[in-house]
Amino acid sequence: MPRKKVRLEHAVEYLSILDKQGKPDKDLDPKIDKDTLLRMHRTMLLSRRFDEYQLRWQKQGRIGTFAPAKGQEASQIGSIAAVEDDDWMVPSFRETSVALWRGTPMTGLLLYNAGYNEGGQIPEGQNDLPISIPVASQMNEAVGIAYAMKMQKKDRLVMSYFGDGATSEGDFHEALNFAQAFKTPNVFICQNNQWAISVPREQQTPSKTLAQKALAYGMPGIQVDGNDPLAVYAATREAAERARKGDGPTLIECITYRLSVHTTADDPGKYRDEEEEEHWQEWDPIPRFQHYLNNHKVLRKKDIEALEKEIDEEVKSAWDEAEEQMKSLDDPLVMFDHLFEERPAYLEEQRQAMKQYREDRNG
Amino acid sequence: MAELNMAEAINLALRQEMEKDDSVYVLGEDVGVDGGVFRVTDGLLKQFGEDRVMDTPLAEAAIVGMSVGMAMAGLKPVCELQFSGFSYFAFHQLEGQAARMRWRSRSSYHVPMVCRIPYGGGVRALEHHSESRETYYAHTPGLKVVIPSGPRNARALLLSAIRDPDPVIFLEPKAMYRAFREEVPDEEETQPIGESQVARKGDDLTMITYGAMTQHTLEAADKLSDEDGIEAEVIDLLSVSPLDDKKFTESVRKTGRVVVVHEAHRSFGPGAEIISRINEKSFYYLEAPVQRVTGYDVIIPYFAREKAYIPDVDRIVAGARQAMND
Repeated sequence: MPRKKVRLEHAVEYLSILDKQGKPDKDLDPKIDKDTLLRMHRTMLLSRRFDEYQLRWQKQGRIGTFAPAKGQEASQIGSIAAVEDDDWMVPSFRETSVALWRGTPMTGLLLYNAGYNEGGQIPEGQNDLPISIPVASQMNEAVGIAYAMKMQKKDRLVMSYFGDGATSEGDFHEALNFAQAFKTPNVFICQNNQWAISVPREQQTPSKTLAQKALAYGMPGIQVDGNDPLAVYAATREAAERARKGDGPTLIECITYRLSVHTTADDPGKYRDEEEEEHWQEWDPIPRFQHYLNNHKVLRKKDIEALEKEIDEEVKSAWDEAEEQMKSLDDPLVMFDHLFEERPAYLEEQRQAMKQYREDRNG
Repeated sequence: MAELNMAEAINLALRQEMEKDDSVYVLGEDVGVDGGVFRVTDGLLKQFGEDRVMDTPLAEAAIVGMSVGMAMAGLKPVCELQFSGFSYFAFHQLEGQAARMRWRSRSSYHVPMVCRIPYGGGVRALEHHSESRETYYAHTPGLKVVIPSGPRNARALLLSAIRDPDPVIFLEPKAMYRAFREEVPDEEETQPIGESQVARKGDDLTMITYGAMTQHTLEAADKLSDEDGIEAEVIDLLSVSPLDDKKFTESVRKTGRVVVVHEAHRSFGPGAEIISRINEKSFYYLEAPVQRVTGYDVIIPYFAREKAYIPDVDRIVAGARQAMND
């Protein structure tokens, strides 16, 4: 009996289009239209500045713990820009750039980060799921939604976001297996930002790539330069076409870097050195993309300056608006809302008891 | 003797037991280089090396399942699940394996492991980081569930948990990690699992509680003494399961009036079991209906409103006055 190599259906490729200075490989450039390019850039910049402001506000105690997206803007925007507005989006907890692209107002994100459940409400018409914190847990819902789209013959795919750490969870493997088994229209975006809190990527799993994990389920997996919005865009476009044709899901591993803290409760100084951070600063997706846009005469230096001013105002006025909204959100009785369509008697009793208690105390 | 906070006291227990017993291992997410997200395992990696202090990949089920295997094969793992809200990923390993291995194998195997889990609210955290769901574990036959309330009993209780021949869920009230310091003796001190403590003596009213609520209840008891002249006896359970009903039965028979305080949801919470035991053992000693001051039957709201959910001193005092006036 022979002993021979078993050929798998897929092999892992790596895709990068922009070089470090933002010069594209002309054959691979997805040639995104000007308006989309500008919108991509604007959202990436907005996300970055919004993160920076929020870090300040968190230190001042105006908002609570949050997870900055800094450094991952290209992975997020390159992917979400490549699909349609009515496709579904299933986030984990770091997808600020994606949320902004989809139209989630900064005020909503601020309310969430300031500890108000109201911030979890999905704006009308947006097919987005709320933030999901338990790592990888949201991936199975993404598969269920995709299956529902397929059964209802709706031409909508499901984008789902997670990190390198998620690939260790059972839920990740179960979701990938189900998605391929039922050939659902899913695009799985793994943002490999090199760190799961303090655990580096190479310690998270001995696999050479995360993309190859798709191969175990008969699914194509591709690795892309996650700090290159064009590469992420091109890979997502391909995956989206496959999903829409009924050919099933794809896993895209975006190689990126968390330029900031895991969350504001974290101190990276404990586990990683500055040299590594400096190395990745050089690959910061925003200046890289700006070089590309500048070289292609899509965006001039002075346009960027004007845009920075505009964004600064926008972020600041979002805070003013959020602060204004918070003033009317001090009623704790809302904690009894949104558990069921109708509030059962035992809960109504507890609600009344809280109400009475508060009235008695406030005279 | 040193003044330690609860995080340091738990660290001391781990360090001393690891020095003494080389079968004790620590594993979990970020427990090594980072020293744990609450710094509870700080310094252990340096002292004991990466074989015994394991920074695991991100997978709660594997952390618990691996611990069960290690325990069955002669080691004493102390695993950490980063937040109780993420422990459900591992629930099938705790319920289906850890809790059943002795029973299923007719004691051919046993599982001497500890699963440390920060739980509870009050630290302005995100969703899944503030819940108090000890009932899930206490309702599971084969698991012991203990909850310290301060540095000294945390250290003593953890030593007992590590030495226990069966799986122990060690829930750490995260609001207490750095809430206060206390003298913790250098020499070893244990706290038997299944034994409660009288945290304050009194003859008028019995207050039964545990975890972070113990501090609030003690404050409420002082307020009742100052303002109403009521002397409350405060029982700190320390073990939720097995539940020590001896101490509170004695107290209830003496006072005839009871208030139970917990952060967990009201319905089917630990209070339901405590009050059932009171009904069974002390019904004819009661002078008034037993009061419960608890979290509500809702998912704990995000932090802007969590204070209205978690029982505070005023709510506890109000519950106590109800128990006194009925």
